[in-house]
Amino acid sequence: MDAGKSSATALADNRLEQQFSDAKPLYTASEAIIEANRCLYCHDAPCITACPTGIDIPAFIRKIATGNIRGSAKTIFRVNMAGASTARVCPVEELCVGACVYNGFNETPIHIGRLQRYAVSAALEAEESSGRRLFTPKPDCGRKVALIGAGPASLVCAAHLALEGVTPIIYERDPLPGGLNTTGIAPYKFQSGDALLEIEWIIGHGVDIRIGVEVGQDVTIEQLLADHDALFIGVGLGGDTALDLPGSDGPGVWGATDLIRRIKNQPGFEIPADVGSALVIGAGNTAIDIARELAMLGLPDVALVYRRTEEEMSGYAHELEGARRYGVKLIEQVRPLEVVRSDGRVVGLKVLDLINNEAVELACDWVVEAVGQQKFDGALAPGVERDGQGRIIVDEATRRSGHPQIYAGGDCINGGQEVVNAAADGREAAFAMLRGWGLEVGLNPGAA
Amino acid sequence: MADLSIDMCGIRSPNPFWLASGPPANSGEQVMRAFDAGWGGAVWKTLGEPIVNVSSRLGSIDYAGSRMVGLNNIELITDRPLEVNFKEIYEVKKRYPNHAVIVSLMVESKEDWRDIIMRSEDAGADGLELNFGCPHGMCERGMGSSVGQEPAVLEEITAWAKEFANTPVLIKLTPNVGDILDPGLAAVAGGADGLSLINTIKSLIGVDLDTLAILPSVRAESTNGGYCGPAVKPIALHMVGALARDSRIPIPISGIGGISDWRDAAEFLALGSTSLQVCTAVMHYGYRIVEDMIDGLNNYLDEKGMASVNDLIGKALPGFVEWGELDLNYQVVAKIDADTCIGCQLCYVACLDGAHQCIHTHQGPCAAFHGESDHGMNPRLEVPPPVRHNGNALLAMVPTVDEDECIGCNLCALVCPVPDCITMEERPGAPGRESWNQRVARGLA
Ligand SMILES: Cc1cc2nc3c(=O)[nH]c(=O)nc-3n(C[C@H](O)[C@H](O)[C@H](O)COP(=O)(O)OP(=O)(O)OC[C@H]3O[C@@H](n4cnc5c(N)ncnc54)[C@H](O)[C@@H]3O)c2cc1C
Ligand SMILES: Cc1cc2nc3c(=O)[nH]c(=O)nc-3n(C[C@H](O)[C@H](O)[C@H](O)COP(=O)(O)O)c2cc1C
Ligand code: SF4
Repeated sequence: MDAGKSSATALADNRLEQQFSDAKPLYTASEAIIEANRCLYCHDAPCITACPTGIDIPAFIRKIATGNIRGSAKTIFRVNMAGASTARVCPVEELCVGACVYNGFNETPIHIGRLQRYAVSAALEAEESSGRRLFTPKPDCGRKVALIGAGPASLVCAAHLALEGVTPIIYERDPLPGGLNTTGIAPYKFQSGDALLEIEWIIGHGVDIRIGVEVGQDVTIEQLLADHDALFIGVGLGGDTALDLPGSDGPGVWGATDLIRRIKNQPGFEIPADVGSALVIGAGNTAIDIARELAMLGLPDVALVYRRTEEEMSGYAHELEGARRYGVKLIEQVRPLEVVRSDGRVVGLKVLDLINNEAVELACDWVVEAVGQQKFDGALAPGVERDGQGRIIVDEATRRSGHPQIYAGGDCINGGQEVVNAAADGREAAFAMLRGWGLEVGLNPGAA
Repeated sequence: MADLSIDMCGIRSPNPFWLASGPPANSGEQVMRAFDAGWGGAVWKTLGEPIVNVSSRLGSIDYAGSRMVGLNNIELITDRPLEVNFKEIYEVKKRYPNHAVIVSLMVESKEDWRDIIMRSEDAGADGLELNFGCPHGMCERGMGSSVGQEPAVLEEITAWAKEFANTPVLIKLTPNVGDILDPGLAAVAGGADGLSLINTIKSLIGVDLDTLAILPSVRAESTNGGYCGPAVKPIALHMVGALARDSRIPIPISGIGGISDWRDAAEFLALGSTSLQVCTAVMHYGYRIVEDMIDGLNNYLDEKGMASVNDLIGKALPGFVEWGELDLNYQVVAKIDADTCIGCQLCYVACLDGAHQCIHTHQGPCAAFHGESDHGMNPRLEVPPPVRHNGNALLAMVPTVDEDECIGCNLCALVCPVPDCITMEERPGAPGRESWNQRVARGLA
């Protein structure tokens, strides 16, 4: 069990991710104030209800308008210590912004994500320059919690525990912490460097991260249970599900999250010059993300290949619209049959046209499979159970599993949702542990 | 198109819009550009013994993202030589004979008044405006608002001016008085031909919270200044109306204070102004704003079937009465239109905390907002939620007014962001009119 601290400097340069710029750039102070002043400051605001972490959105926006940036950021962090990343990665169109009352008024809804990003980054900058911390952790209370996986679920859980004087120790098998926040989020939203900066900030409150430790391999759950007061499982999902099409073995066929991770994290990774077209199998958000990323990286010809129709897609409409702006096409109602190769090189994808019931060959240089991630199937302790879809079963309010000391949250309990859901799980699990030990939940009594 | 031309106590102008005495009317070149843009007249920046101005001079209030809703200044009168000003006035009048040029004046001794009035009229002034209003700097030297606040002195100097002047004399009043009628009546007694008001309100615009310097800062120090701009309009409207409706004030009024567009202008006209003066709005947006002022006022007059702007003057005054004359039996109640309501519930919280606790939601008390207890103030409604037809927002978010409890204060309608969503409707079946004064007369109060 080697302890290795993470650092943003651990990221090498010359990564493809760095070629992307922000789709929604950081507001300047005056832009933020103008936008903040548009907020109606609703009573019982629907945006709060729509936020899985229940941020008091009208309150933090009002504080931006009054110039109380510190208070604004604390309003956010109090219930969501991943406020820096969720500000940028949340599908706000489906959450808070989608619930804004302005939608019913033919008026542009408030750009809540961008305001949140502004408040958080301005406050963190001020914290850095003034040395005046936003949050001071309570003195060590002697309790220790082990957290498996350094994704958003564990990081948020650990942050809230640390603030209350509990010592959290996160075990992460990968060389970089952050889970999909570091390896998966589309680079035009949020890049690994910023993900690692958020993690450094969280660690700064007294969180220990042990990098390169795979629980179940390098250390067992039983060992962790013996050494800690509680355990949090935040292992997310597994690798890409493969379709195992004939011809898929060999170069030119990718799993979506694997390819995204290379674009984001692998130094020197490049798309060969002779690759001009890609077909992405699937129509979830991961499929849309990789298609848009490839198109933005200069592939002239990128299409999603989907067996049903646009209306039935699981990917968000606003994401598809975003990808289409970069030329991504959608090919509906076809089922992939076989990857066609010539001299070992991918030259096409044979699909079944489900309307005419005939096989068609679509030319392409790359095939990307984005049909889901495997469920976590690692070892679990007695009492911890999975449902039929491989999700760890927890109590809805406390995120506690069947084992009294073991909690879980994030993609491994919900089958793959958003970062903000993982954050909500992490916080609720932390609060449940603290309450169980009779400790005060100082930051946020009673937030739903 | 209505006739916008006016004749204010002999001063003629193609329209009622004049530049107020201030930076926009500081020089001949400016005034000519203003006339080209459409302004009907200009009250020249106040002339007097040359002074020295400080730097900086202006401060402002921004509100909810809107810049300069209130402006404060510590500028004094003109700092350019008198000969230069008179030469330019002459030049302007020569080139723009049909526009009104009124020269604002402020000096001390009777001799000085005679001298400066003669020189102004020689330069071609159509009228004079005596600045008895400036609330900073000049009053410490016994001029400006220190005159405006002393009815006896005001009357005496007005009489001097009338003695020397051949053109109409307007008296510009300061609002920094207990009752605007006192200086107004004194001006009438002194023989004034017209009144101009308001000048700026004595003010201190703010403190820089980083340095704790008072604003506007003159080497880290400051002094009280004069406040103007959109924020002062209600104060100006009241003072204009109070003078205009008083039968002892038979002379015309030039309305000033926060006029920014034709709507403001129309309100000042309706409350008894004959001409309108603008300073801050021009400082903010430039002379060009007059185009819409003229256009908008024209359209409004046409819509109201008024052939001349003079038809609008004082039209609202009959409704300006003492509180004791108001009908105590009249009752309105708030009505929320469920179809346009967007569910923000600002009316709910405003009525709950700031009015009469008679708007209710259908979700029951909101714990996040009220904490554990609402002290019984938010009863669950027995009535079903309102029915809406367009499906705009969540039906359950539309609040309901308890009409029996509503006191008809308007607050909910004022805070509602959707135009006409909350309307105030008369409660039917009220007994006949009765005012407080009538009640007193009946021996009931
Ligand atoms: C391509 C892609 C794009 C996405 N885009 C968005 C987006 O724009 N917005 C959004 O909100 N959400 C997005 N998501 C979803 C979001 O990333 C996840 O919901 C979120 O990261 C889940 O957090 P988590 O902590 O549960 O798991 P993860 O982020 O998956 O983290 C789990 C961590 O546990 C580690 N781990 C696993 N097993 C072990 C073990 N045995 N021992 C030690 N460590 C272990 C893993 O290495 C990993 O670091 C996206 C997902 C994908 C795949
Ligand atoms: C910078 C500044 C200087 C002013 N100077 C004078 C002046 O010299 N003489 C005068 O009578 N009024 C002066 N005023 C007052 C204006 O003429 C006017 O009465 C007042 O600003 C209210 O009108 P407004 O709200 O349109 O600005 C000045 C106002 C400002 C802002
Ligand atoms: S008019 Fe006043 S008392 Fe009546 S519902 Fe509205 S806020 Fe309440």
